Amino acid sequence: MQIYLPIADLPVNIFLVLGMGLAVGYISGMFGIGGGFLMTPLLIFVGISPAVAVATVSSHIAASSFTGALSYWRKRALDIALALMLLSSGIVGTATGVWLFTELRALDQLDLMIGVSYVTLLTIVGAMMIYESVRAILRTRHGMPATLRRPGSHTWLHGLPFKLRFKRSKIYVSAIPVWAIGFVIGFVGAIMGIGGGFLLVPMLIYFLRVPTATVIGTSMVLTLVTMASATVMHAATNHLVDAVLALILMVGGVIGAQFGARTGQKMRGERLRLLLGLLVFAVGCRFAYELVVKPDDLYSLRYVRSG
Amino acid sequence: MRRFAIMFAFVTALCGAGPAAAERLVVSLSNHRVAVTSSFVGEELVLFGTIEPDPVTSPLRPPYDLVVTVTGPRQTLRTRRKQRVLGIWVNVDSREFVRVPAYLAVLSNRSVNTIANPDTLRRLQIGLDNFLLPQRIGSDVADTVRDDPFRRSFVRLQTQQGLYRESSTAVTFLTPTVFRAAIPMPAAVPTGSYGIEVELFTGGNLVARTNSALDVIKTGFEQYVADAARDYGLLYGMATALMALLIGWFASVIFARD
Repeated sequence: MQIYLPIADLPVNIFLVLGMGLAVGYISGMFGIGGGFLMTPLLIFVGISPAVAVATVSSHIAASSFTGALSYWRKRALDIALALMLLSSGIVGTATGVWLFTELRALDQLDLMIGVSYVTLLTIVGAMMIYESVRAILRTRHGMPATLRRPGSHTWLHGLPFKLRFKRSKIYVSAIPVWAIGFVIGFVGAIMGIGGGFLLVPMLIYFLRVPTATVIGTSMVLTLVTMASATVMHAATNHLVDAVLALILMVGGVIGAQFGARTGQKMRGERLRLLLGLLVFAVGCRFAYELVVKPDDLYSLRYVRSG
Repeated sequence: MRRFAIMFAFVTALCGAGPAAAERLVVSLSNHRVAVTSSFVGEELVLFGTIEPDPVTSPLRPPYDLVVTVTGPRQTLRTRRKQRVLGIWVNVDSREFVRVPAYLAVLSNRSVNTIANPDTLRRLQIGLDNFLLPQRIGSDVADTVRDDPFRRSFVRLQTQQGLYRESSTAVTFLTPTVFRAAIPMPAAVPTGSYGIEVELFTGGNLVARTNSALDVIKTGFEQYVADAARDYGLLYGMATALMALLIGWFASVIFARD
């Protein structure tokens, strides 16, 4: 069954889009991420322009991260104070991202920017995740205990001023790295159409030493707010959010996420991280291939204005 | 822009004076309004017509050739060219096509190049090669030679999307004076006002012309959404974000197991 998308201006098969929502939702539920880094490329692949894809996916991620955040809220597994702190700079990052997005679109370099950011970010993060999880798997196989987080271990980040105490996460850190992380996630999310969960979780764990108990819930709150505001900002400045497309994706996404979460809970942590790392790395390589290999058509069209 | 307008006026005046009154075209379009709804997957319109003697006593001069040119609403588009820079493919060069039709179909009963000589075709802007596609080159706006790589690529890309086409079989003569033209409207057809120009040739000369029009409109929900997104961006964005929250909340209520 075909349905006409009013903003993307093309008909798509409703079951194809719903299926994509379900599949990405399943993966996002399994790994506790938003799944934007998969959804945006998929939409581009079915013929939706990169700009509309990035803008629309932000609303889809807002929906799935809200579902996730609610369930973590019920389990008291999120740190509101930390989330608010990250948000204060996250919003600024999102606004900067949306601004740059608009500028690059005018210069015909948006597709390149999206491509290059995907390649660099996904291949690096993917490779790091694979490396880390393979080491963890090997260590357990050799019968060595996994290295536990030492509560007293400090890095240079802990020497910075403006220290704040976050009670729920039991950490005492400077506000500077918290703000920096929030800004980076908001910025990257707006440019790339990703929630940044797969980036934020490792950042919070490695840089701020946030315990695993609160890290995913907190990351989801941040993702929710940055993506909801990215939706509003993209709609207000670029008029590119397709509500019909967003609705189909959301419905598929939230259903898929429920089943994914059940599968995810049955798997061992390092296995899960290895799988996610492979997935992230593969998507990065796919984008690299596209940038390096000579395109079928060197020419492309872009709509400037009517009249 | 002014130069373009003058040129256009000149071409129109020239054509108006051209055909000698001996034939008259009577045409009727199957539908003057194409409605793009949520289930729109494209449509084919049919233009029927007859060739009448004018005045009634004058003799008809078959065989006739017929060209139907359908032009969509005007749009400005940019054609970009990729080149390898530091190992990756980057858009390095671009050309703006100013106020060109978003849809352009040249339909005829045989190849337009065999209907009239190149000068006539160029003067009447018949065929994709002869239609004026002005480009912005520096501060100037002008059409280029038909072999210009940007022009060729522009036409090719538009043809691939089904928006530009040249068909030498779309017009069929049912009798020597009754014809039928099939106008394809692809799924991605742009909304707006369309002009239909019907031109009759015999012996390589233009002998009669007439025109018609049609509108492609989004209706119902599609129109509503598209208008809202354009005119009330901020509210539209908030509504979409709210919808996301509602669906997220619904899902957590429905699937809550604890």
